Amino acid sequence: MKIVRQSLMATLFLMIVCGVVYPLVVTGIARLLFPEQAAGSLLKARNGTITGSWLIAQGFQAPGYFHPRPSASLTPDGSGSLPYDAAFSSPSNVGPDTKQETKNVTDAANAYRQENRLPAGSSVPIDAVTASGSGLDPDISLANALLQAPRVAEARKIDPSVVRSLIERIKDNPQFGFLGTTRVNVLRLNLALDKIAPKSSAKP
Amino acid sequence: MIANDWIQILVSLGLIVLIAPLVGRYLAWIYQSPHLSLEKGIYRLLGLDADREMGWKEYAAVLVVSNGVFFVAGYLVLWAQGILPLNPRHLPPLSPEVAFNTAASFVTNTNWQAYAGEAQLSNLTQMLAITFLMFVGANTGLASLVAIIRGFVREGSATIGNFWADFFRFFLRAFLPACVLMALVHVEQGSPQTLSSSVTAKTIEGAPQTLIVGPVASLESLKHLGTNGGGFYNANGAHPYENPTPLTNTLEFLEMGVFTFSLPFFFGRMIGRPRQGQVFFAVIFALYVAGLGLIEYSEKMPNPLLASASVMQKTTPLQDGGNMEGKETRFGTTQTSLFSNTTIAATTGAVDGAMDSMNPLAVLVYLVHMFLNEEPGGKGVGFAGLLKEAILAIFLAGLMVGRTPEFLGKKIESREIKLAALSLLVTPILVLWLSGLSLVLPAGKSSIDNPGPHGFMEVLYAFASGNANNGSAMAGLNVSTPYYAISIGLEMLLGRFLPLLPLLALAGSLARKKTLPENAGTFRTDTPLFILLLLGFMVLFAALTFFPPLILGPILEHLSMLHQIAF
Repeated sequence: MKIVRQSLMATLFLMIVCGVVYPLVVTGIARLLFPEQAAGSLLKARNGTITGSWLIAQGFQAPGYFHPRPSASLTPDGSGSLPYDAAFSSPSNVGPDTKQETKNVTDAANAYRQENRLPAGSSVPIDAVTASGSGLDPDISLANALLQAPRVAEARKIDPSVVRSLIERIKDNPQFGFLGTTRVNVLRLNLALDKIAPKSSAKP
Repeated sequence: MIANDWIQILVSLGLIVLIAPLVGRYLAWIYQSPHLSLEKGIYRLLGLDADREMGWKEYAAVLVVSNGVFFVAGYLVLWAQGILPLNPRHLPPLSPEVAFNTAASFVTNTNWQAYAGEAQLSNLTQMLAITFLMFVGANTGLASLVAIIRGFVREGSATIGNFWADFFRFFLRAFLPACVLMALVHVEQGSPQTLSSSVTAKTIEGAPQTLIVGPVASLESLKHLGTNGGGFYNANGAHPYENPTPLTNTLEFLEMGVFTFSLPFFFGRMIGRPRQGQVFFAVIFALYVAGLGLIEYSEKMPNPLLASASVMQKTTPLQDGGNMEGKETRFGTTQTSLFSNTTIAATTGAVDGAMDSMNPLAVLVYLVHMFLNEEPGGKGVGFAGLLKEAILAIFLAGLMVGRTPEFLGKKIESREIKLAALSLLVTPILVLWLSGLSLVLPAGKSSIDNPGPHGFMEVLYAFASGNANNGSAMAGLNVSTPYYAISIGLEMLLGRFLPLLPLLALAGSLARKKTLPENAGTFRTDTPLFILLLLGFMVLFAALTFFPPLILGPILEHLSMLHQIAF
């Protein structure tokens, strides 16, 4: 009986310390030191409306915008597929040796080639045809961005070299020079594009 | 592999080798110094007599009863989510079987998730139930190891320590401060930490977007430092909010390793034989590095089945190649390999990429790690498991030369071997029987997502993960059905406590024995020969027990992929 009483007291104490005090203290300090990150690295338009987060992919579709990687995220109730749904992250969970995987990749590669007017059978970057781990991957590879550049330039009626130099400027190198990969944040790239080329021409 | 991959791997391994001995020394101080006044105050407040020494039976009873109360408290919060505050999205409570599964999962430090965090749990539940259980589950594991180590330290003693003192010392002097500090680093890098639960945005192209936020960073540091692994989001560590940069990815797998890899050094200091600690570290580090090598090789390998799709699979200056299905661009294959090898070896179970989409040889490594579960294994219990393997290996060596085996001056006799063997048998029985059963029952088969050997591996992986208290999943398998929620829920409890109780009994038995002086006939256990003996025993035992399912799963899949056979 004494063991049960002691366990109950410890549970009450630990639930308050671990479940209330700890997260609240961290929240308090975080809000003080890093308010923007703590709120979710949100991106605000000039009129104050929130237009997303730097860290979360958006499902860009217009030819004048760069497109993110394929997404396997789910509908809010988890019952079906809803790409780029920030409320239900998910990978595809398709095995590498399945006909499904070969079909997914083949279809995505064909669509990518058509969209970017690449010759049939030309090689496409692996990240452009595979679903990301979260379905919300904000980045694409440099190879992927460079292959999309001519399409974006044409839709915006600007010189492809302008777009390519923008990619070079926006790209993230490996952190501290060696951690992770070289990549391009799609949202940042598209916003930079909107700045240098009139937005109206980005519409499909 | 390019130069960058090598640098990332070598720097990460180097950091583990550098940090682990220091933390081991700190942990030894924690358990060899008097109570702090803060601790005394807490013991008084809670009515705990932290100076009372416990025999193994009482220690085990307190451990089981307190964990039972933790479990019920966690279950009640999950069950009452609908009527509790801080639930602006009006999320309903979990179903009874999934709530049972979740409470069992978090109290056993498994963190298997049969629910999707962002879609099913309110912020209050994430804090009161999940964060609370993550802390106490991990802490219980470490406390139990300290008690087991006392079995080797003490001589002619009927007691093995006080559970509450063992529990609170680590919690207050290492675990909680480390979690606060690392949580802030995670926020700085981009993990949200707020009490609001969602943000409605309108994307650049004008579509509505619901961003789910919450106290993510405080869960994130805890999830890795405690080798817990339960994520705030469904995609776990692949989600950019949980793991925003390559730096957080690296910090996260180092957080998993910082306490677990330090335990051999802690052990060496506690028993006054630092060299013995180094020998155990060498064993687990060798298995860890071997696993990493095979995973990296496997994930960099181009998929022969995708040749017809004409896809660039090589790593070039413009892209990171290899198997990118289910992986995030910022990590690429190397950061994902480092993370996944550590998460399985340290039984965290967090993932930063889809386990279900990994190549077969990587899954082979994950399965072997979970079968062994000791390199370094979960908080405390992993290293306790390694001590058990050492006792059995020494017993085998003793049989070969016909001597009563001794380990660290303690005679290993019939009772010790029986207890160690009992603890060892739990894994094969739970994993193989439950996987076998699930492959026959319609309720087991209907949840399988992928066809062929991959589908078989989903089931085997689920039960290997539940038993090992790992918690990662090949997530295509639908585990929120009553069948899997209940069977894996029970398995996690059995997989946690069944092997642990015999080890506490073993410690009780060893503590009573005299410590014999070494003589010329003593088989030394701090030599390279012992490293090989222990490695050989572990690998041989796992191979003999698990060869058939490994052949039917990853090895069959690997060979069929090489021959371009798709399922």
